[in-house]
Order: sequence, then structure tokens, then C-alpha cells
Amino acid sequence: MNAPILVSAPAAPADLLIRGAHVLDPRTGIDEPRDVLIRSGRIAEIGAPGSLPADEGVELIEAAGRHLFPAFVDPHVHLRSPGQEHKEDIASGTAAAAAGGFCAVLAMPNTDPVIDSPALLRSLRDAAARQARVPVGFMPAITRGLMGEELTEMAELREEGAAGFTDDGKPVVAAGMLRKALQYQRLCGGVIALHEEDPTLSAGGSMHEGAISAQAGVAGIPSVSEAVMIARDAMLAGYEDGRIHIQHLSAAASVEAVAIAKERGVRITAEASPHHLCLTHEAVRTLDTNMKMNPPLREESDRRALIDGLRSGVVDCIATDHAPHARHEKEVPFEQAPMGTTGLETSFAAVYTHLVRPGVLDLGLVVRRLSDGAALFDLPTPRIEPDARADVVLVDLNAEWVVGEDGYVSRSDNCAFDGQRLAGRVLLTVASGAVAFRADALRREEAAA
Amino acid sequence: MRHLISIEDLDRSDIERICDRAAQFSEVADREIKKVPALRGRTVLNLFYEASTRTRSSFELAAKRLSADVVNFSASGSSVEKGESLKDTVLTFSAHKPDAIVIRTPWSGAAELVSRWTPAAIVNAGDGKHQHPTQALLDVHTLRSRLGSLDGLRIWIVGDVLHSRVARSNITAFRRMGAEVTVAGPPTLIPRDIETLGCKVSYTLDGLGEADVVYALRMQLERMHGVWVPSLREYARRYQIDGSRLRPGQLLMHPGPVNRGVELSAEVVDSPQALITAQVAAGVVVRMAVLYEVLAHAPAPAREPQPDHTAA
Repeated sequence: MNAPILVSAPAAPADLLIRGAHVLDPRTGIDEPRDVLIRSGRIAEIGAPGSLPADEGVELIEAAGRHLFPAFVDPHVHLRSPGQEHKEDIASGTAAAAAGGFCAVLAMPNTDPVIDSPALLRSLRDAAARQARVPVGFMPAITRGLMGEELTEMAELREEGAAGFTDDGKPVVAAGMLRKALQYQRLCGGVIALHEEDPTLSAGGSMHEGAISAQAGVAGIPSVSEAVMIARDAMLAGYEDGRIHIQHLSAAASVEAVAIAKERGVRITAEASPHHLCLTHEAVRTLDTNMKMNPPLREESDRRALIDGLRSGVVDCIATDHAPHARHEKEVPFEQAPMGTTGLETSFAAVYTHLVRPGVLDLGLVVRRLSDGAALFDLPTPRIEPDARADVVLVDLNAEWVVGEDGYVSRSDNCAFDGQRLAGRVLLTVASGAVAFRADALRREEAAA
Repeated sequence: MRHLISIEDLDRSDIERICDRAAQFSEVADREIKKVPALRGRTVLNLFYEASTRTRSSFELAAKRLSADVVNFSASGSSVEKGESLKDTVLTFSAHKPDAIVIRTPWSGAAELVSRWTPAAIVNAGDGKHQHPTQALLDVHTLRSRLGSLDGLRIWIVGDVLHSRVARSNITAFRRMGAEVTVAGPPTLIPRDIETLGCKVSYTLDGLGEADVVYALRMQLERMHGVWVPSLREYARRYQIDGSRLRPGQLLMHPGPVNRGVELSAEVVDSPQALITAQVAAGVVVRMAVLYEVLAHAPAPAREPQPDHTAA
């Protein structure tokens, strides 16, 4: 019997009446103003606006004009623990997740040391059981030390609660190594999530290979370095009937490779990040190190393909790849800076502002894709319906804010959207039945009431 | 002009103004006393993170001929080797209140970054493979001195464009001065999408005869062999500018130092068509003009460094 995947610190179950918010849950089909009563951390009742009474012991939140969504689930974050707590830790990273409307996250293993042993996984889960503001699961490494040479003890890691496996930050370079992991997956299950790049094509690169890299004189990462590995690994997964998930797609050719594999019946899913959906390599022209991430921001045609993929379902979900770095690490010349942008606190607002407001994507689709990652990793999918556990996020779509102006909940401030004016502010996050985040704006309203 | 960071920041009139002033300064070099008092009392810091003799000495000479005080800092054997960050090195030197910092680094964008950390004027003496604006200005100046104008000129830049900050700066500078630019070299050394800078691309020298100016780039021998080109021998056979490829009337340029027998044959280096020593001479006067432009021509910069981290 495997341990449960998600762990979090104990928190008091919420008793809330969220009155009059526009409830939007594409899975249950609600799309209208509703009262939502949460008792002891579960959705007790959903009724017409103003119809449900605020009983004693229930906090009333007047939410007319706001939106209530199923909370978001992020299958790809870097919490940097153990060993890199100057960038982020379990407490700060899950607090940032709560501030972004997430009710569950999966943490990547490229820490120091790498999460590649059952003992280390157990100790991290113990720490999460004391510190995690929202439920967190861990994705240990496929190969020991991310070295690509020996399998981790995948079966025992699964027993200890591993959500799946990934060498994220690096590809599994040797096809034979990945093949063995896919074979072993038959024994223990667990999605194998893949960071795809062929290092013989990408090594030394700091940005997308194209006009900007040519002009800046910075070595480029060609889009094919991702697509060729996806094609290879999809072939392997098809041959071994393995279950793979492609992380952070960045290029049109990659979307195409995933689509072809899906048509062939390969058990493959894929994610895209808000920054790849909203930004292009034009943002890198000034050599702002917050715009340096792997995979890199690419061209408008790539961005369009990712959006189309998200709409059609070739791209299954949005994942942030929240990758915090300390200021002194990013405050260096572009080529020396580490790869990564934070994303948990801006994911909804970025996608809402850049894609929903201009009419590119439906709000309902975005809300869905922000939690579609859950089912891919066998996590519970948040639903707004009676008797469901309360995993909800209250958002003010009209609230505009300048990213970073009031600081960040994350320990790091390397956000690709820093300084942008975005619409859509998370006011309240209920995760696993407990209030995990409450915006200052909501506190002030309550104080005034 | 506050800084000189990229040739992109200069329009044609800026380039012409700097070259005109360089022409005035070239008269100084012919005097017995090669010094004018234009920057007396000003301090210029040469901050070099890459080995460079010619560019650094050119800047040093330029500053001294304008009567500025010069401090040289090279990264080897310094605090950098003790792990000091670029930012801290700059903040440290900035505390000595230099009026200008001439900086060369192996990192694209470093000069721009440094300009945010110090009130001193920044002159980019090469940032990685990105920009080398004073090289572009001295090359424009050399051609203007020789031909009067670059309008309608056809210039071929030949060789390792991929790793060349000189190519990137010069394509833009030559285009802004009205020239047509073609880059030529093996496909492995021509960056994808380089034509977005407004140049044409050729993988052979078949059309080289149309060029008015042939600008050969330096092959970095230590990094080339077997990786970027199969062999220097094959490279030289296909891309070396020699007496058979350089037709009479064409001008030949090279940023130095030359690999004789690789990108250029000895006969063309020594031929009267070569402007290579004229380029070196232009380097000093153009750098005088640039230092004058960012220091004497502009009001003295604010003296207090901008606070970076707000101290609690």
C-alpha cells in the first residue's frame, strides 16, 4: 500500500459562507452567481445568491462581483528544499502557491542533494507535514543524482508516496536508460515526467535560437532540441506501453510531436507554462535575467501553437515551473544567470490578462487547465459540488495590480512578469478544506464591514 | 550621449559627429606633444575581464592624450579570482568616483548591466559576442577618411560571424551609414536569423568580386578545429582572402590580431589595399572622441551612486 501522495500541515477546517460570487466550475457545469456554504472544510450547500443563511460559527464573505473557481493544481514547482532554502523552502513555496490560488503542488527533485532516495523523501514529507500551507507531493528523480546512469529505487519511492518520477532540469540523455525506467514503471506505476532537450543541440545556450540570439551574440537553444527528444521518448513510451508526461512545452514542433504521439495511442500528456503562453523571445532582447529560463521563451508562432494546443487538449494542463532564484544569483550577466522564473503568484493573472481578456481563450477553459494537472498525476481534482472537499479560489477579475509592487510571498523575486500590470487578483484560497490564503484587500473589507 | 553601450543606440548623425571629432583629434597625434587638456582632472577606469592588449592600450592612450587620469584593472590576479561578483567589483571601483568606466567582459549585456550600478559613464569595449561599438566606429571612421562616405558601398564581412561581436556591431554601423552588407562564411559559423540585422548571407565567396570593401574576421584558432570547421586547412582554401580573391581596387580590413595564412594571406596583409594599420591608428582618435563625447560633452554625472538595496 503506497503512502498518500499529498501531505500538508494540519489546519483548522473552514466554516465559510461565500455569498453571491459568480461560481464557475466547467466540470460540474456551474456558471452563475451562487452562495457556497463550506462547513468543516467541505462544501455543504450551494444555493441561489442570498438564499443561504450565515449560521453561527460561519464566517460570511460578501463576494458579489467576484468569481469562485475550483482551486488550481500545479504539477510542476521547485520548492528548493533540501539545500537551497535561500531561494525557497516548503513553507514559503506553498505559501506562494496559496497566494496564487493553488490547492496542491508537486515539487521537483533537482535539489541539493537530489531527492532520489526513500529516506530523503520520507524526511521531506515529514517536513511538509509540519510546514506546507497547501498539500504538496514530491516527484523524486528517475536516475540517482540526476546523473542519467542508474535508476532510483522507484518501487520503494512509490511506497513512500512518490507522485511520479522526473529528472527535471535535465533530460534523460540515454534512450536505454529511459527505456529501463519505463519498464520498471510497470512494477511501481508513477508517471514519468520528462524535461526534453538534446544537450548536443542545446548545450551552452542561454536563450531561444533565433533573431534575438543572433543579434545579442548569445548562444541559442534551438526549438528542435526539445522536439527531437519528445519524438524519441514518445517512441520509447509507445514501445514499452509506458506513461509519460512532457514538461514545459515551448515550441510548435513540440506540440506537433505530442499530437502525433497521442494519435498513435501513446500514453503521453503535456503541460505548458504561463510564461511560454504569454511571452516570446522579444522579452529577452534587453537581456533581463528574469526572462532567462529553460526551455527558453520562443517565437510568436510557438506561443500560438501552445495556445492552440491548450485549447484542443494536445496540451493537457498549465503548470508554472515555478523556479525561484536568489537576487544575487540573477543579478549577473545574462549568460551567467541561472535558468528560471517564479510563477505561482502570477499564473492565473498572467493567463487571464494576456489570453482571456483579449478573447484568445475562454475563462472556463483556463480555469479547467489550471487544475487539469491533478488527474494526470492521480491527485484529486477540485470540484465545486455538494459534499466535495473545499478546494476553491475566490478571485476579483477586475482588480488590477502591478506584479512585485507589494513584494512577493515567494522568497525570491525573479518573476518574468515583474512590473507588469495584470488583472485578476486572488482574494481567498481554500485548500484541502482550510483557508490557506487571504488577501490583505479581503482583510480590509472585513475589518470595515 | 551618456554612455556608449551598443551601436544600436547611435543614429547616423551620432556616428558622423563622433567621426568628425575623431578627425579633429587625429591632428593631435601628429604633434610633438600629443596631448590636449580636454579631460584634465577626469578619471577613466579600464575594467578588463578579458585579455586584451590592443583595445586596452588604445583606450589608455586615448584617455592620456586627453589628459585624463587612467586606472587599469584586469580580472586576473584580482578580487575577481577571490569570487567577487561583477556588481561588487563595480560598486568598489565606483566608490573611487571614476568619471568613465571602459569595460570589456566575456558576457553579453554586461556593459548595460554595469551602467545601472554606477553613476560613471560606461564605454563598452566588448561584451561577449554581443557588441564592440568603438571597433565599429573606428572602422566607419577609417572608411570615411579614405572614401569620404559609406553611402552605397558594398561591404562583405567574411569569416566567423557567429562568435564575432565585431560583426554584430559593424553590420549595424555600416548599414546606418548607408552601406550594403553581406556576411559570408561556412554555415556553421553564420548564426541563424542574422539577416534580421539587415544583411545578406552567402556561404561562398563566389560573389566577393562585387564588394568594395572586404572585412575579414579573425578565426579563433584554439576553438575552431574539428568543431566548427573540419579543418583550418579546408577553411583557408575556401574562405581565405588572398591575392587571387582580392581584386584590385577592393579595400581590405581586419579587426586584428591577424592569423596570417588562415583568414588572410601574407601578401594581402602587406598590400597597399589593406587598411589594417589605419584601423589601429583610427582606434585611438575614435576612442578619444568617444571619451570626449561621454565626458566633456555632457554635464558631469551625479556624484552619489543610486542606492541599490534599500537599507532598513
